Amino acid sequence: MTLSRRTLVGAAAALPLLPRTAGAQARPRIVILGGGFGGASAARFARDHFPDLDITLIERSRRFTTCPYGNLVLAGRKRIDDITFGYERLAARGVRVVHAEAAAVDAEGRAVRLADGSRIPYDRLIMSPGIDLRWGAIEGYDQAASARMPHGWIPSLQPITVLAEQLRAMRQGGVFVMAIPDNPFRCPPGPYERISMVADYLKRHNPRAKILALDAKNGFSKQPLFQDAWAELYPGMIEWRGASSDGRVTRVDVANMTVETEFGEKVRGDVINVIPPQYAAAIARNAGLAADSGWCPIKPESFESARVPNIHVIGDASIAVPMPKSGFAASSHAKQAIAAAAAQLSGRPVPEAVYFNTCYSHVGEDYGISIVGVFRAQGGRLIEVEGSGGISPRNAALPEGRRAEHRRLEALYADGWYESITREMFALS
Amino acid sequence: MVLRIGAIALMAALAAPAAAQPQPATLLAGACQGCHGVTGAGAQGIPAIAQTMTRAEFVAAMQEFRANRREATVMGRIARGYTDAEFAALAAHYGR
Ligand SMILES: Cc1cc2nc3c(=O)[nH]c(=O)nc-3n(C[C@H](O)[C@H](O)[C@H](O)COP(=O)(O)OP(=O)(O)OC[C@H]3O[C@@H](n4cnc5c(N)ncnc54)[C@H](O)[C@@H]3O)c2cc1C
Ligand code: HEC
Repeated sequence: MTLSRRTLVGAAAALPLLPRTAGAQARPRIVILGGGFGGASAARFARDHFPDLDITLIERSRRFTTCPYGNLVLAGRKRIDDITFGYERLAARGVRVVHAEAAAVDAEGRAVRLADGSRIPYDRLIMSPGIDLRWGAIEGYDQAASARMPHGWIPSLQPITVLAEQLRAMRQGGVFVMAIPDNPFRCPPGPYERISMVADYLKRHNPRAKILALDAKNGFSKQPLFQDAWAELYPGMIEWRGASSDGRVTRVDVANMTVETEFGEKVRGDVINVIPPQYAAAIARNAGLAADSGWCPIKPESFESARVPNIHVIGDASIAVPMPKSGFAASSHAKQAIAAAAAQLSGRPVPEAVYFNTCYSHVGEDYGISIVGVFRAQGGRLIEVEGSGGISPRNAALPEGRRAEHRRLEALYADGWYESITREMFALS
Repeated sequence: MVLRIGAIALMAALAAPAAAQPQPATLLAGACQGCHGVTGAGAQGIPAIAQTMTRAEFVAAMQEFRANRREATVMGRIARGYTDAEFAALAAHYGR
């Protein structure tokens, strides 16, 4: 991007409703902030289907390690390299990839300001910056504490290997404690897949060890399937305590390796995994996109911000209930947001909104389960299509001869999902 | 696709919001790509769906999934989220 072009755009920004002059900047500029599940998917989809859009992707990291399959690294069934990707192939397809920290969004001037002071102008901004952890929401749990009590919930902040090393080093017969937050948070089934994958590791390497999961809510995603599988695969190893059984962790004491619950019980752990409450990443909150809840309200037909014009907020940062905060959901938002932005820039109607999600979870070796949802925008709200979606059948609903095969196939298809979505995002196929 | 900007965009921006158009097949197929791959070639046991069936066979397969008449781990739950018109659009996109 040349300096003269930046200056030109800065001047034009004062008259946002006037048509831009044809010529050098004829291609409408879409800037995508964040190169994770939402952002990389948006860039790929835009490059495949909207050749007349100019696409810039701003991402601070050169390599992206996915959250999905991090729990399999914990189990020792995948290596961190297997779940880490670069942006070279997206760039080769004509996405301008800018590896820089976005410092602020200048919504009035329609530009993203980078940490080095330079500006990236946009006609439409697609923000998929993900989440931040609410340090201090659990008393004593700050970034320093997270070295001793890892979260393993944002790979760029803390690779899952930190928790994996603690798990490997745990004494025989030790206790692995987890603190799990209330809704909404990134990946509703994620903590329970984690419990399962830690159990899978312990069963093989530390069979007398126990897992104690302290949860700030009373129910969770795919709960009957997880609990059936825990009883089947890891009998006696896992204790899960919901909010009404004093499961909510309110304080941690790093020096004594204890967590304290709402009603004052102190629980000691040999390894403690704290998944703290979360909110939209700072860049989105600071741009005035978030409500008091810390998450960003959107218009469901386009994922445009309900607060700031010309900006779409997708992925975990957005409020998209009843859709979960998942990678698949983020990629679904991304495609609609790109199509909507392209339509709006050319004066065409926004296409009808149909969104999709599937979250697979690995529960054990050759044992997978899933939840599916199809969603439509109706009357300013997102609605799950009646009769569609739902969770995998429980054991009782499957013919006995088919049970093991169904779980084995879903574990295999989970791997297929992971391969497909990451190859799409990073333009590997 | 050609994006017209300038006077047309200005006019459109000032006009009343237009009604939504049906979701085009590329966008509908965006959901399927998440598992079947960006080209529909399949992955790790998930079957290929691009150019593997005629349009009629494709629609029939989706309708069977929806009615629980075709063995599935996940496709029944998915197919029940879409309309016949959308099956037809997807069949035109993926079918032979
Ligand atoms: C353990 C675990 C397991 C999971 N498993 C699954 C699963 O099986 N299936 C599934 O669908 N989902 C899963 N998820 C959820 C999934 O990871 C998230 O929903 C997804 O990453 C959300 O995408 P996003 O684009 O909103 O955010 P992210 O993928 O986090 O991307 C945000 C990007 O923005 C960048 N960024 C942020 N701020 C700035 C800035 N100021 N400047 C520059 N760059 C910036 C970040 O570096 C990051 O790369 C899992 C999550 C966890 C924690
Ligand atoms: C979550 C992963 C996933 C998604 C998303 C998905 N599929 Fe499938 N698809 C599968 C699996 C797995 C099978 C094998 C049947 C089963 O187990 O459900 C399959 C089978 C099929 C088949 C039958 C292929 C054959 O040769 O028998 C068709 C057709 C199909 N899918 C179409 C679609 C369409 C169209 C979409 C998008 C609307 C879609 N699929 C989305 C996983 C998926």
